Amino acid sequence: MFLIHCPYCGEREQSEFKAGGEAHIVRPKQPTELSDDQWAEYLFMRKNIKGVQFERWVHTHGCRKWFNMVRDTSNDEIKAIYKMGEKPPTK
Amino acid sequence: MTKNLRVKSSKFIDETYKISFKFNNKTYYGYKGDTLASALLANGIHLVGRSFKYHRPRGIMTAGSEEPNAIVQLHKNTSRTEPNVRATEIEIYEGLEASSQNCWPSVNFDIGGINNFLSPVLPAGFYYKTFMWPASFWEKYEYFIRKSAGLGKSPTEPDPDMYEHKYIHCDVLVIGAGISGIIAAKTSAKSGFKTLLLDEKPYLGGSTIHQNSEHFKINNQISSSWLEKEINEIKKIDNLKIKTRTSVAAFHGYNFLLARENLTDHLPLHQRDEKIRHRLLKIRAKKVICATGSLERPLIFDNNDRPGILLSSAIEKYSNLFGVACGQKNVLFTNNDSAYETAISLFQKGINVEAIIDNREEVDSKLIKEIEKNNIKIYKGYTVNDTFGYKKIKKISIMQLSKDGQKVVGSKISIDCDCLGMSGGWTPAVHLFTQSGGKLKFRDDDQVFIPDTYPSDQISIGSCNGEFTLDEILTGISKKLKNFLNIKKTEYENLEIQSHFNKTKRNIWLLPSDKIMGKTKPFIDYQNDATAKDIKLALREGFRSIEHVKRYTTTGMGTDQGKLGNMHALGIISETAGSRMGELGTTTFRPPYTPLTFGTIVGRNVGEYFDIFRKTPIHDWHVENKAKFENVGQWKRAWFYPKENEGMHEAVQRESKAARDSAGILDASTLGKIDIQGTDASEFLNRVYTNAWSKLAIGKCRYGLMLNEDGMVYDDGVTTRLDENHYIMTTTTGGAATVLGKLEDYLQTEWPELDVYLTSVTDHYATISVCGPNSKKIISKVIPEIDLSDEKFPHMSFKNAKIDKVKCRVMRISFTGEQSYEINVQANYGKSVWDKCMQAGKEFNITPYGTETMHLLRAEKGYIIVGQDTDATMTPIDLQMDWIVSKKKYDFIGKRSLYRSDTIREDRKQLIGLVTENPKEVLEEGAQIVADANKSPVEMLGHITSSYYSPNLEKSIALGVVKGGKNMMGQNLIIPMENKQIKVTVTDPVFLDKENKRLNA
Ligand SMILES: [Zn+2]
Repeated sequence: MFLIHCPYCGEREQSEFKAGGEAHIVRPKQPTELSDDQWAEYLFMRKNIKGVQFERWVHTHGCRKWFNMVRDTSNDEIKAIYKMGEKPPTK
Repeated sequence: MTKNLRVKSSKFIDETYKISFKFNNKTYYGYKGDTLASALLANGIHLVGRSFKYHRPRGIMTAGSEEPNAIVQLHKNTSRTEPNVRATEIEIYEGLEASSQNCWPSVNFDIGGINNFLSPVLPAGFYYKTFMWPASFWEKYEYFIRKSAGLGKSPTEPDPDMYEHKYIHCDVLVIGAGISGIIAAKTSAKSGFKTLLLDEKPYLGGSTIHQNSEHFKINNQISSSWLEKEINEIKKIDNLKIKTRTSVAAFHGYNFLLARENLTDHLPLHQRDEKIRHRLLKIRAKKVICATGSLERPLIFDNNDRPGILLSSAIEKYSNLFGVACGQKNVLFTNNDSAYETAISLFQKGINVEAIIDNREEVDSKLIKEIEKNNIKIYKGYTVNDTFGYKKIKKISIMQLSKDGQKVVGSKISIDCDCLGMSGGWTPAVHLFTQSGGKLKFRDDDQVFIPDTYPSDQISIGSCNGEFTLDEILTGISKKLKNFLNIKKTEYENLEIQSHFNKTKRNIWLLPSDKIMGKTKPFIDYQNDATAKDIKLALREGFRSIEHVKRYTTTGMGTDQGKLGNMHALGIISETAGSRMGELGTTTFRPPYTPLTFGTIVGRNVGEYFDIFRKTPIHDWHVENKAKFENVGQWKRAWFYPKENEGMHEAVQRESKAARDSAGILDASTLGKIDIQGTDASEFLNRVYTNAWSKLAIGKCRYGLMLNEDGMVYDDGVTTRLDENHYIMTTTTGGAATVLGKLEDYLQTEWPELDVYLTSVTDHYATISVCGPNSKKIISKVIPEIDLSDEKFPHMSFKNAKIDKVKCRVMRISFTGEQSYEINVQANYGKSVWDKCMQAGKEFNITPYGTETMHLLRAEKGYIIVGQDTDATMTPIDLQMDWIVSKKKYDFIGKRSLYRSDTIREDRKQLIGLVTENPKEVLEEGAQIVADANKSPVEMLGHITSSYYSPNLEKSIALGVVKGGKNMMGQNLIIPMENKQIKVTVTDPVFLDKENKRLNA
């Protein structure tokens, strides 16, 4: 079970959190302008990488804040955590 | 005839404390300190069970948790009986009753033993191949399998014992208290780290503690004496906690571990009362040191499974620890030096060793010399090619190995024996290491997998790291610990070590026989009866992946998870398939390392503590008034209130009629309530609901549907505008938490620019709903200050009010289709307001109703229940709720999905009403809907989602979803049931008061 460093509360056990899928998928500003294919791309397509992946997490049983996490899915190593709106780390 | 096989008193056995126990209904005696296995062996008993598939007689093979054969059923009592207990682990206590599993009628006469003679027709994959076809025979096969292949019985009554869970946080966790673990724990604790040391055995010191040989010395003391002093010292260290009888079950990522502490299983039954039986330790350690040791490998040769064949190290342990001779004519069979250690310790105790058969041809060491000095015959370059004796080994046959080890040559030599010890070298116990995500590497020299890369802050030391001899273990340990713990010094820098162990080994995974393969039974997995032959068959049939071979042959799938034979399976696969061992990988070791009882897993979370349940502020009233409850999520909701002899149907019919004829009252406190504030609150609602919210006047309520981004309905409810920038949203009872979570998600991640604040207030308010034609009169008595006239307080509006100085919110909203008022009051006044309503409603026969009546009433009115009439595949259009989808709004969650090619299909399942031809016939929820049940194949058009007998309409009504249902009004459809076909007609889903006269009355 992971230990996750919530950027607002500090280190907590994974059971307090929920994963929210791939990060940095922006909801289109003008959905009505999109074709079915373009909308499907936003709606359904996710990378699900084996390796370093950018993910959304929420501290459900804590501060209820969403944040982003860089995690290596092959060994569960958490490489970085940053707040919503912050730029993802480049390295 | 009972032989005394106790040879010499052992300090681990208390011979002044005699214990009687029963095995297969016969009484035996042992001593305090004995395991069931050691006590049985002391009584001359090897045969303890029958094998799973062939029902071959099987005996005790090991002295530890890796035991494949000696698994017994404990207790006869229906609540405490426990299957699959390893006789090698359970310590005997007064009153212990154990019996053999998997044999009928008795271990000595077993009907299933006939399978052994049928074995040519029971090859690998037998169960898959035979029992798969024809499918209609499955019931018969199952009977056969269960009858003859059961592994023990489960208790049939609740577990009377207590269990608990405990969290432990430590700096350093040391797993295993053998010599490496003791050194590590002492070093860690003495360096100031909060240290926890665990071992599955009842004693400390691992296998070194019973070593009593001049050949292994530390600082000129016999290794066991040296270690004993260390153990005495560590017991005095404050910041070191030691737990014995505690086995680590799982090693998860981030150094999170689960361990089972066994507290009472070794005590006489009468001493267990009121005590915790097992404790599940949830350990979070900053650093973990694995010192889990290693398991001796068996050797794979024909008939290597007879009772009396044990691991060589087990024979040594039984003699050293328990003072028990496993046999009187012992023969040892080995490919390395370990068996010589056993031989030396046996003759030190006066136990006879007849001969040693060694695979190695030219080999010499101090140990071997000592054996030769004692005139024990050593057959170098030989192998055992067969064994004899049915219920106990009585003879072996040996032959010389060819140079390449692939064949036997020369003539057979026969040796009488009553016990055969085998040693195939050692396998590091890397199970926990790999569970944690560690990667192994293969060491070709001695054919072992050892830890390579660590996924967390941990190390493996000692024999679990492939350091098998005393000098290997001790020379590097100090440096390792210094690096790992980041300390400057240890006490173990300059140990003087004496270790006379020749490390050469002649590894042959499958030893040759003079017979053809098909005629041999070289067992690899004893518990599941998988032989080398089965593995070769699987390879011939095209299986290549180790995971597939494992499942096909069932190798490693018993309760012992193949701790003994997995390596041999791999070896044989790699030899046969011509691949390198290291490339093949290993099968995955999964938790738990040893089986856990269910009690340990659930701990205190049983009975009423199984899950949290939530009660409304009016709960006690419902209990006093004999309500039946239903679980809605974690809530206990009043379901119906039966009177005298009423069943559910009668109660619900009565409640439903009363609510429409006069007045009903419902505790709706469980509905989710979210307080929404902020200057962008209206804009926010516009984006999350399908309908428009900006123009909703203050003091008005509106019903809304929420969609997922894929266009499917996922919650609904009424939201009220309390003020310019203040709303209160209601959600379904079950959806409250997910709706709040989803709204927060959008606010925080998509629209952080919106000024909106969400607060869950579900528990803060009690919600009491009074409905029916007399509801207005009742509310006017309870809250005389409000003008309830339809002009001043119309349907879908709200007013602030006071009841005896207590503020409350009154909404005129309805989920029943009746005129209806909902009072929201601070939770702690909920019960008193409820009482007031009951009092005021008395003259109108106000009738409390539960969720079942609520569901019936709303179905009459055609109101949906999200989650019952919808299932995450229904759009508002499918629900015939087009009216609630704003055409004007540019965007809202899910809008774009409403005109995807799939969502605009005409033949989607759509919500419709159904009435039966016979108005008394009530349909079953979940029943299929078809057009023609006689045309094959029958096309399934949809299913019933809600169905009731309506007392107000005096007929059966139902809601359902049907492909293209919207265009089928008036058509006849069929509900096919087991023994009849029910005719129904498609109708509008609104059955009652289409004009909303009752709502606005
Ligand atoms: Zn937090």
